[in-house]
Amino acid sequence: MQTEELTTLITSLAPDQKPGISKQYPEFIIPADKIHEVAKTLKENPQTKMDYLFSLTAADRKDGLNVIYHLTSSEYHHIVVMRVILTDKENPMVATVSDLWSAAEYLEREVFDLFGIKFENHPDLRRLFLDDEWVGYPLRKDYKDSFIFER
Amino acid sequence: MEETLLDFDLRDKEEYIINMGPQHPSTHGVLRFEVCLQGEQIKYLRPHCGYIHRGIEKMSEALTYPQLVHLTDRMDYLSAHINNEAVALCVENAMGVEVSDRVKYIRTIFAELTRIASHQLWWCAFGMDLGALTTFFYGLRDREHILDIFEETTGSRLTQSFITPGGLMADVHPNFQKRIKEFITYFRKKLPEYDQLLTGNIIFRERTHGIGVMSKEVAIDYGVTGPSGRGSGFSCDIRKIAPYSAYPFVKFNEITLPEGDTYARYVVRIKEMWESLNILEQLIDNIPQGPTMLELKAVKAPKGEYYQRVETARGELGVYIVSDGGPSPARIHYRTPNFSNLFVINKLAKGHKIADLVAISGSLDLVIPDIDR
Amino acid sequence: MYDFTPFIESITSYLNENLSPFWAGLISMVLLGVGILLFYAVLGLYLVYAERKICARMQNRMGPNRVGPGGIFQTIADLIKLLLKELIYIRNADSLLFNIAPFIVIVASIMAIGAIPFAKGLQAVDLNIGVLYILAISSMGVIGILIAGWASNSKYSVIGAMRSGAQVISYELSVGLALLGIITFAGSMQFSEIIASQEDGWWIFKGHIPAMIAFVIFLIAGTAETNRGPFDLAEAESELTAGFHTEYSGIKFAFFFLAEYMNMFIIAAVATTLFLGGWLPFHLFQWQGFNNVMDFIPPVFWFFGKAAFVIYLMMWFKWTFPRLRIDQLLALEWKYLLPINLMNLILIAFLTLMKWHF
Repeated sequence: MQTEELTTLITSLAPDQKPGISKQYPEFIIPADKIHEVAKTLKENPQTKMDYLFSLTAADRKDGLNVIYHLTSSEYHHIVVMRVILTDKENPMVATVSDLWSAAEYLEREVFDLFGIKFENHPDLRRLFLDDEWVGYPLRKDYKDSFIFER
Repeated sequence: MEETLLDFDLRDKEEYIINMGPQHPSTHGVLRFEVCLQGEQIKYLRPHCGYIHRGIEKMSEALTYPQLVHLTDRMDYLSAHINNEAVALCVENAMGVEVSDRVKYIRTIFAELTRIASHQLWWCAFGMDLGALTTFFYGLRDREHILDIFEETTGSRLTQSFITPGGLMADVHPNFQKRIKEFITYFRKKLPEYDQLLTGNIIFRERTHGIGVMSKEVAIDYGVTGPSGRGSGFSCDIRKIAPYSAYPFVKFNEITLPEGDTYARYVVRIKEMWESLNILEQLIDNIPQGPTMLELKAVKAPKGEYYQRVETARGELGVYIVSDGGPSPARIHYRTPNFSNLFVINKLAKGHKIADLVAISGSLDLVIPDIDR
Repeated sequence: MYDFTPFIESITSYLNENLSPFWAGLISMVLLGVGILLFYAVLGLYLVYAERKICARMQNRMGPNRVGPGGIFQTIADLIKLLLKELIYIRNADSLLFNIAPFIVIVASIMAIGAIPFAKGLQAVDLNIGVLYILAISSMGVIGILIAGWASNSKYSVIGAMRSGAQVISYELSVGLALLGIITFAGSMQFSEIIASQEDGWWIFKGHIPAMIAFVIFLIAGTAETNRGPFDLAEAESELTAGFHTEYSGIKFAFFFLAEYMNMFIIAAVATTLFLGGWLPFHLFQWQGFNNVMDFIPPVFWFFGKAAFVIYLMMWFKWTFPRLRIDQLLALEWKYLLPINLMNLILIAFLTLMKWHF
């Protein structure tokens, strides 16, 4: 599916979407409350059929915590990038997509572990790599602990 | 989606929990499986990872691009060259430069050699897990030839860091072509031995047919790529979907099998070894001359975000770089194949026995440092 | 022409003449016990060395070759190391059972050696129910394994012991039935009589097809009995890290280890005696010259040579085949080996009645 069709499809669902940063793939910045709807449509629409979520990650940028989803279709091989910007750093929340793609269950746990972003309705949101008693979210830019060595 | 902590207390009185790992001869790395058993049958299985989490992504934010390539070797150490290639390609695409054809050919040759070496180690460990202890030595004996080739050119057997943004660290050894040609002839004679020893054995077939069946929908849903996904009919070879380096210049088949059981995943890898030998043959005689390193003033990715997908021996590796224009990335994320391949194991192992768990985790070919980074 | 009977009788009569019957009996039993223990230990050492060398050759490497010429003192070095290791005791484990288990296993194995004929007259005790005695004593070994797994107070050990228990009691049936075939042919359970009945040819040749089937079944079932080869999931390294003997260290582990190799020897010895003619030399038809040459080699060499061949077979398929899963193993026994065995036994009985064997 071409970028223009994708843009019309996504605009119809989330009117305040904005074009994204990536020059490589079509990217859309979607508000946090619409992400589940957009993801569901992209998965189930027979012309897009994005059944393969191949990357779910986050980044701590100046405009807030970004959650970036990379989707592709196993049949059409087109790629779409979705970005959610969360400005609230105290309690960032976004809806989970683990009911659409099972891979998201563990990718979201990793994001929670390292960034502290909570996912609503996630079946089992707890830390993945670090100890359960770990305090803090290491990959945030303002993370400090006693043994980080900074130059 | 499956059992969670809540179901823990409701389990039947006849069930008991056993831990496999983190130190266990067959988990191939530090991974803990919490297995809930009833007799010999697995009721559910929960993998616990994080024992080898080293914070590679955070560390890389303080290193320059040529420096962080060295960390990628240590993720999936059996596909070290391919990991290096992924970062190198991502940075080169970001900067908008293109390497010479010579570099592309050599990168692909190293990638295919790495693929064969990785599959050899997988085969010998798989046989050993199932009890055929002799396979360990046969696989390692042949792998030594590839490691000798690596050592001659790069100086190191396992973690080479040879491929770097801009090209290669150095030019290849003069004996490179000769040794690879010798290896191709040698291995073509030895690979049928693998079939004789293990593939045709009736006990082996009984242990692997119908075990751990993964349908295509489950594979796509969980994002299982590589030979494990292709064994279920999920056609996910990045070398075909989005070719990079010298892959547009070679002809090879993508091996997929529809059954999705352990045996299918096994056969896919054996056939991939044959295909890699074909690719090597097509490339080895035609390496063009040219520079092996671009003259770059500084390796800095411009402001923006970049994603590169490559096909390692275990699946699709994605490198996602967020850059502010400096010499270090603001955020680098590795979408590793083993991470996705691991978590499907609960679905596959349910209802089977402990002995099957060993076969299934062996057939998924997990390398644990890749999961934890 | 080599006969140990006069030699043994001379010792017995010497003791009986000079000492009271009680002391004579006691001294002869002590001599016998020491002799068997020495033989057991030395043969065990040699078997471990042989296995390491054979498996090394199959795996494209050399095996032990540093300690002693060709590495023959390697096992002695291992034995000294095991003797000097710390004996680890487990908290919350049943200490009586934990300590007794290796002894049960090794005692069962040593007692079985007593009934095997090594040469004419060189047999500790020639029971008229010799084969039954060996089968009964070998089954005692499984008690030791079950006790070891239970008393270790560890889930892995219990799983390993349960698997092994199920396996051994299933395969005992096949072992017994396979041997029953030869007993039917020979007409007696006494070892010396079975060997005497093979003087005109070994049972594996005389009994043609049914005896060969029985031999193959006996080898498979015997390997399963001793937890060896493709049936070694009770101690599967890659799954349960040594199963029922995980928690044992030092000399107790050495007992389990030694008992496994000697059980393998016992199976080989029984196979040799019943199927391959025991200590009888290989005679071809009535060729006097050939037979005289064969007779010249002492029977002890014949016996150990044949047992070595059977042991080599068992080691060969341990190092080549992957392991069977527990349910496949039990299915093999109950669904395949047992019916074949029963049919074979009926066939053998029929052949014996009609005298259709050679």
